[in-house]
Amino acid sequence: MTPGPATAGDGAGKAPAGAPEDSLRRFAAIWSRAIYPLTATSMTRTEFEDHLVPLARLLDRALQASPFDPRAAVPVGTALVAAHCTDPEALPSILGVIDAYLVLYCAPDLTVDEARARCARLQHAVAVGFAQAMRERTLQEQEAILHAAISARADAEAALAGSEARFRAVFESAAIGIGIADMDGRVLEINDAVTRMFGSEAHVMRRNVGEWVHPDNGPEVRGLNGEMLRGEREGYHVEKAYPRADGSVLWANLKVSLLRDAEGRPQYQLALLEDITERRGLLRRLRHQATHDALTGLPNRTHFFESLDRALSAGPGGRLGVCYLDLDGFKAVNDSLGHAVGDRLLVAVAERLRSCLTSPDQLVARIGGDEFVALYTDPPDAAEVVALAQRILDALSTPVSLDGRELPVHGSIGIVHGPTRGRAAADVLRSADITMYRAKELGGNRYEVADPEADARAITRHGLTNRLPLALERGEFFIEYQPLIALEDGSIRGAEALVRWCHPVHGVLGPDRFIPLAESTGQIVPLGRWVLQAAARQARSWQSPDGGCAPHVNVNLSPMQLHHPDLVAEVARALDESGLPPASLCLEVTESALIGADEDALKPLRRIADLGVEIALDDFGTGYSNLSSLRWLPVSVLKLDRAFTRGLRHSPPDPVDSKIVEGIVSLAHGLGLTVTVEGVETRAQAEQLRALGCDTGQGWYYGRPGPPEALHKLAMADA
Amino acid sequence: MTDRPSWAPPGIDPTVPSVSRIYDYFLGGSHNFEADREAARVAIQAFPGIPKIGQANRAVMRRAVRFAVDRGITQFLDIGSGIPTFGNVHEVAQAASPGAKVVYVDNDPVAVAHSRAVLEGNDEATVVMADLRDPRSILEAPETRAMLDLRRPMALMLVAVVHFLSDEERPAEIIATLRDALAPGSVMVVTHATMDGPTPQGQRGAQQVYQRTTTPLIMRTREQLEPFFDGFELVEPGVVPLPYWRPDTPPADDDDPAVLHGLAGVGLKR
Ligand SMILES: C[S@@+](CC[C@H](N)C(=O)[O-])C[C@H]1O[C@@H](n2cnc3c(N)ncnc32)[C@H](O)[C@@H]1O
Repeated sequence: MTPGPATAGDGAGKAPAGAPEDSLRRFAAIWSRAIYPLTATSMTRTEFEDHLVPLARLLDRALQASPFDPRAAVPVGTALVAAHCTDPEALPSILGVIDAYLVLYCAPDLTVDEARARCARLQHAVAVGFAQAMRERTLQEQEAILHAAISARADAEAALAGSEARFRAVFESAAIGIGIADMDGRVLEINDAVTRMFGSEAHVMRRNVGEWVHPDNGPEVRGLNGEMLRGEREGYHVEKAYPRADGSVLWANLKVSLLRDAEGRPQYQLALLEDITERRGLLRRLRHQATHDALTGLPNRTHFFESLDRALSAGPGGRLGVCYLDLDGFKAVNDSLGHAVGDRLLVAVAERLRSCLTSPDQLVARIGGDEFVALYTDPPDAAEVVALAQRILDALSTPVSLDGRELPVHGSIGIVHGPTRGRAAADVLRSADITMYRAKELGGNRYEVADPEADARAITRHGLTNRLPLALERGEFFIEYQPLIALEDGSIRGAEALVRWCHPVHGVLGPDRFIPLAESTGQIVPLGRWVLQAAARQARSWQSPDGGCAPHVNVNLSPMQLHHPDLVAEVARALDESGLPPASLCLEVTESALIGADEDALKPLRRIADLGVEIALDDFGTGYSNLSSLRWLPVSVLKLDRAFTRGLRHSPPDPVDSKIVEGIVSLAHGLGLTVTVEGVETRAQAEQLRALGCDTGQGWYYGRPGPPEALHKLAMADA
Repeated sequence: MTDRPSWAPPGIDPTVPSVSRIYDYFLGGSHNFEADREAARVAIQAFPGIPKIGQANRAVMRRAVRFAVDRGITQFLDIGSGIPTFGNVHEVAQAASPGAKVVYVDNDPVAVAHSRAVLEGNDEATVVMADLRDPRSILEAPETRAMLDLRRPMALMLVAVVHFLSDEERPAEIIATLRDALAPGSVMVVTHATMDGPTPQGQRGAQQVYQRTTTPLIMRTREQLEPFFDGFELVEPGVVPLPYWRPDTPPADDDDPAVLHGLAGVGLKR
């Protein structure tokens, strides 16, 4: 540190101008070093030092001023506070430097004592300035921060009020109902939507939350609020029914939760309600539509199976009864009188069936066209189920009168009764169905009770039906041929193709076992197509290359095939693909299939005949045998049923049968038809029939149905 | 005021110490309440150098603002700006470059209210109440949009604030979001408390004080600060103790060694 007195001496003459600048700088440097560490200023040391130079000058002037006024040093203290020398510990350092160095560096034109005294008084003035500034500053800052705190709080409150106002608006205008109740269930507030839903504000406010009951609410709804209030659940979400102010029912989708305080204690319960009355009504209507038959209004198949499943899944020891009803001859009504009448008949039947139910555990459903089922859940005994079936038969015993016409209705009923354990719905229904068929086979208009053995037999039939499509795919069918012999000379005229089923389990089955099933399921169409094609191919292979007189093949057409739109095309294709001349094919049609057929229905047959294919009327004489119709049917062959030939088996023959056959033959010949007789079993028969003028014979006497090779051999032998 | 209403944002309750007011006390200010002073006194007792760190921090901030102005930057986004006392960013910036724009951001409503009062009449500076943890709210605030042109370089000031973000709050991702909004040529100033340094014991004591505020203090090492500068080029001298970042005068021997418990770094967005 440079000692001051040297410079002090230089500047003595310029006393009023104050100490030289570099002396003041040096003083400021010392001052700065002492107090900079105690300031909070963000100035650098140099900047701080620069900042102190004017203050040093002020002190210097005040020290030397005449008259001396120490108050001139007050602003120094103020300025230091402004420069953030706010640490109370800074003051001693500030004053210490003034005390030690001011007089030294300023070298005033004063006596030492005077200078010391003045310096001391200046220090007091700086301290006063410092203290005042500190107090000012502190107050000012405290005020500022308080203002800031208050305004921040006001802002926050305004924001809260704003959010409260927004919440109010949301609460009031919400489409969803909102209600708040205290933990005792007193309703504190509800919004407009709730009022609208219930139809009155007072109606809701008056009532405790726990008092809302409605008979439509299940037991599961009842305990929920209590459980929540007891803390057993956080909240709940249910569909709940309420009585409206006008007494009607309000269905609400209700969601209730607890509102808790900051410590997590529940304070209020908050309920959100959505009015679902209409939606529910709609759902119920839809559900009704889905589970009821539109025509009769009875429960439908879905409904029945749901009820059946419910009955079956009831605990052990449960029993059930099922009455499966199928109307007898309903198809005929539909076919002859039209669907409109058929429908009205079904409606009338449904009405009668409804009247047969005597307790709520009985249900009657329509599960198919003319099929109905009565389900009896937990019947007291089998007799009660049978009694139900009997009531149904009784109800159907009087004809239904429609438009003045009396339509008889009968039905066949299959009854199943027994324990529910271990039974599946499908089994129960199948058993009832099979039993119903048994009743039908026994003549109808009766009931039968399921019995496992009868079921088993019938199940075979069902099994066959189900297996038909697969069997065709797997080639389980084959054809046998039975020779048709010209009676005149005993030569082979042709053969009838007879289809067989080589069933993997039941062995070879004749057509009577499965053709009716195929006919009823429609499987006859693909099966018949296959037979036609195979037989045509076979017949073609019999034909000698030289085109000599080759055997015909006869193929049966079932009624369903006959009505199939593709029949003509299929016959043409079979001929085409096999190369068989049309004249070598004869299609056999049963008499019953043609009865009542109008011109339209016969058109396909005519077109087939036009192709050159022969048409035979099969089983002639078993049905209605309208001889006059022969005049216009497109047939060229009559096949007499074996019933006619039975009386000719022995010699001498039955004279009546002889006469009939003779008459038919002459009539047929008169119309240009040939006559074939079936069931020729004896030589005597053969002789008789030839004598009566029949053209062709078929039967065991000539040959049983057999493989195509057998026929071939026969033909060869014949030739 | 014992049961503080739950809706009140942090800082509004004078009985709970607030980061910004404690800091003001360290800087010798009186913008504080007894609870703040009490907390500050406890911190100073544990670690007497704290006020010096604050001062050194303010000094770095000032140097960094000038550094930015020297690069031609005239826009400043100061997040965690605290209670304006002296040598505030807008004062330093506007002194060096008249007309410079400054947006202050803080999540302490009292600090924001006070800033608003101080800035009244200053058309070039404004304050936003927002939280650094939601950087988009800062970038999208109408005040930010009105005052700053994000297409031009600016200075992003994160001065003594990132250490109030816990790792779970993913500070690096928050900074990356802000970074992505910056035009190339922008600078980011970060200062941060650290345990590196001569008296970690005291630091820990001070750290405990902040547990009582709503914003605990997280010390990080120099390495832990590196991810914050992802996408930035650190300018010389890198991340260093406060007094060493581009000092105007060489650090003096008699500086309180406590100031070494602050780190400073400035990144340049490429
Ligand atoms: C220590 S002060 C720093 C003030 C100023 N930047 C300085 O360095 O002088 C930290 C400030 O950051 C604020 N702060 C803390 N966490 C914050 C956050 N998540 N978002 C915004 N501000 C925050 C505090 O309210 C406080 O005002």
